[in-house]
Amino acid sequence: MSGYLAVLVVVLIFVVIFQIAKASEYVSILKGEKKARQQTNRVNGFLLIIFLILGLIGVYYCNDILKGKIVMEAASVQGKGIDSMIMTTLIITGIVFVITQILLFWFAFKYQEKEGRQAFYFPHNNKLELIWTVIPAIALTILVAFGLRHWFRITSEAPKDAMVVEITGKQFNWLIRYPGKDGQLGRKFFKNINDANNPVGQDWEDQLNKDDYMATEMHLVVNKPVKLIIGSRDVIHDVGLSHFRMKMDAVPGIPTTLWFTPTITTADMKKKTDNPDFVYEISCDQMCGSGHYSMKANIVVETQAEYDAWAAKQVAQYAVAHPAPAAAPATPTAEAPAADTAHQEKVVAVNDAKH
Amino acid sequence: MSNEATLHSQEVIHGAHAHDHDHDGHDHHHEGNFISKYVFSLDHKTIAKQFLITGIIWAIIGAFFSVLFRLQLGFPDATFPWLESILGHWAKGGRITPEAYYALVTMHGTILVFFVLTAGLSGTFSNLLIPLQVGARDMASPLMNCMSYWAFFLASVVMMSSLFVQTGPASGGWTAYPPLSALGDASIGSKIGMDLWLISMALFVVSQLLGGLNYISTILNMRTKGMTMTKMPLTIWSFFFTAVLGVLSFPVLLSGFILLLFDRHAGTSFYLSELFVAGKALPNEGGSAILYQHLFWFLGHPEVYIIILPAMGMVSEILAVNSRKPIFGYLAMVGSMFAIVILAFLVWAHHMFVTGLNPFLGAFFVLLTLLIAVPSAIKVFNWLTTIWKGNLRFTPGMLFSIGFVSTFISGGLTGIWLGNSSIDIHLHDTYFVIAHFHIVMGVSAFFGTFAGVYHWFPKMFGRYLNNTIAYIHFWITLIGAYLIFWPMHYEGMAGMPRRYYDYSSWESFKQFTELNHFISVVVILVFAAQLMFVFNFFYSIFKGRKVTTTNPWSSTTLEWTTPINPGHGNWIGEIPEVYRWPYDYSKNGKDFIPQTVPLSPEEEKEGH
Repeated sequence: MSGYLAVLVVVLIFVVIFQIAKASEYVSILKGEKKARQQTNRVNGFLLIIFLILGLIGVYYCNDILKGKIVMEAASVQGKGIDSMIMTTLIITGIVFVITQILLFWFAFKYQEKEGRQAFYFPHNNKLELIWTVIPAIALTILVAFGLRHWFRITSEAPKDAMVVEITGKQFNWLIRYPGKDGQLGRKFFKNINDANNPVGQDWEDQLNKDDYMATEMHLVVNKPVKLIIGSRDVIHDVGLSHFRMKMDAVPGIPTTLWFTPTITTADMKKKTDNPDFVYEISCDQMCGSGHYSMKANIVVETQAEYDAWAAKQVAQYAVAHPAPAAAPATPTAEAPAADTAHQEKVVAVNDAKH
Repeated sequence: MSNEATLHSQEVIHGAHAHDHDHDGHDHHHEGNFISKYVFSLDHKTIAKQFLITGIIWAIIGAFFSVLFRLQLGFPDATFPWLESILGHWAKGGRITPEAYYALVTMHGTILVFFVLTAGLSGTFSNLLIPLQVGARDMASPLMNCMSYWAFFLASVVMMSSLFVQTGPASGGWTAYPPLSALGDASIGSKIGMDLWLISMALFVVSQLLGGLNYISTILNMRTKGMTMTKMPLTIWSFFFTAVLGVLSFPVLLSGFILLLFDRHAGTSFYLSELFVAGKALPNEGGSAILYQHLFWFLGHPEVYIIILPAMGMVSEILAVNSRKPIFGYLAMVGSMFAIVILAFLVWAHHMFVTGLNPFLGAFFVLLTLLIAVPSAIKVFNWLTTIWKGNLRFTPGMLFSIGFVSTFISGGLTGIWLGNSSIDIHLHDTYFVIAHFHIVMGVSAFFGTFAGVYHWFPKMFGRYLNNTIAYIHFWITLIGAYLIFWPMHYEGMAGMPRRYYDYSSWESFKQFTELNHFISVVVILVFAAQLMFVFNFFYSIFKGRKVTTTNPWSSTTLEWTTPINPGHGNWIGEIPEVYRWPYDYSKNGKDFIPQTVPLSPEEEKEGH
């Protein structure tokens, strides 16, 4: 019922506007085209300058109420670089934005049609045109130079001591694999995939796979570089790490990588954001089907000691896949790290992962 | 006023060239029956109207889809029982399902980008204005022109039918990235809906090529006497460059689609490799999902210029006419459009910075992408200088042109953010991208289209649109567009991803619930304002105030030398000869000097 009422109200508003519009058209014919035009010209000229003023206030107001909702502090070394890049770009483009919008609406207001005014015949001016070719070119060169410096830094090879984590996208969740104490990921092949006990298709013949374990959350060590080996089982996904300002597609058949150094632990971030529920989330940023919006995994950034304790509790996927008969050889793999935490340093000191 | 009277009044006004009355029958002998006049018409003006009206219908559908998915985004917990009555099981219990949401998003993008802002915009105005402004009786090939529209119509029919199939239309995004779009098991929209989408798009490419080749050959070969290339209005230059872009890049898109069809039905592995879908491993190995993205964006990026160039051209023209001033820096305007066209082919991989693209290669795309900002900046400054010290008449067309410049600046500047790969890492596929391209190519291109419709409506239908509704339409649209898209930048800065059905379970993004709610409300209001325009459009075709003079805007270009309602062939008698460039406004104390007026002795001395 209220639906029909709403429709009725909308229709009524339309009818009223239409009647006013029709009437004003007759009035303008009676008044004469020229006089009517002068009048609407004044109204619109006034509205244009009002729009400029309210618009600029609106831009400020919008920033004021929304700036608190974007986590302003990047939680990785690389993210800080990106943030400073954003800041530089914001300043340059912000200045251009304000100046050009003011000129546009101010000119429109100032030079609105007036009786007796003659427009200025000004078809071209080489000097002016040269100025506004060269100045943007210089500004852009600066931005390109800064941008590429960050770009090459971010996309460079991961440091040798970076820990390695593999993350594989599937409809609609993330599969996270750690290399285990040998620090190397075992081979995998998509035809080995078995959702019951081998979600990424590990090749059990490969000895490197014996200690690899799957995790439900990604645990990272604060201030320690991490290299993600990214893949996908089915369609293209994207590892989105908004707090670390990082992102990389997960493409089936073509492994990709990214690395970054987290700088703030989850616990510290909870304090900083004053939000006890704060959590680093991995979002899927590439449309991957009907469950795209729910494709999430969490990251826990913690101290080395906390990480070691967590890693010690993980069970190798090999042991999961080979429960009863293979239980005997698998058990030590799972328990060994718990017994020897000093050994952990080596576990995470990893070479490039081989598939 | 009868046609005969119109003709005579035209001669009174433009007594400069006397007409031979023996040719008066010219505009009658093409008048056939209803079918040949209104359906399979060969007249470029009728074809333009066909493109426009089809475009308007698609725009209503596409915009309505955005209202539907904005309902989900703005009111994720609410239910709307009426949705179930129109969408059936796609909105069970009054809430759109994720499958329906993705189908709506995909179709919104496809419809607006291709069917409205490509076919509807350049199809309409290239057809209408090219022969009228270069001084030709019709296109180089009126038959191909007619076929171009009907190929588009067929594409529309196929796309429309895909909305009604059991498994729904394509739902993998307007970019249709495989493997998602290649595998019916991965997404319900990738079943028959995707095939229909591909067939429709193939027909669309055919339409674009037929149209584009025609525009190019007409502009190059059929200009009237005296109309050298540098005497063409900027509208024509923009249509020319648009057509060149389309002709060179659409075939690449088609090739990408054909390979996708093969992968879908012929068992090939162009894009597919190492997949495990719906519980089983697929046999495909060795393909590259990224290959498709290269083929797609090789059109996809020029496509945004295909959309925005015609708007730029029309805005240049309308700003000059209503400022009563020549466009500033005509040659720089042409040159910057040329630069944009060249660069448009060299920047496609900036859509792929985070696909694992070689970073070294990425660096070149950064450089070339930011280079585009230079010609764009030149255009903006030239527009600003055009209105500087003018004598501005705020016709609805003029207001939309000013709005165009405003949104083009706003959206163009954020392009500088996204084109810089290091910033793109963070902002890629977030709401920042949505805000950027909606402002710079969605809203701007629409403003250009509206400006064109308001400005040339008198030429199309011999009547005016209602001004009051037009002004309401303009102000609601301008304010609404900023209210909708400006705050989205902030959502993007927080990393909020695009194409999410629901954000409520995300600790990182759920703080924008209220904002999403606000945006959705504005969307509904702006949509209502567009319906007002649609009503104004169709009402004014039949009942609008009649145009009583051939040149209502006191414009210099050739289309205003034709009769108020020109027949097929456009001019009665000889096609007028052109002596000067189209921007002699306020020159030597004269308000305007039409292109058909020979140079005065003083002007010749000045060396024009």
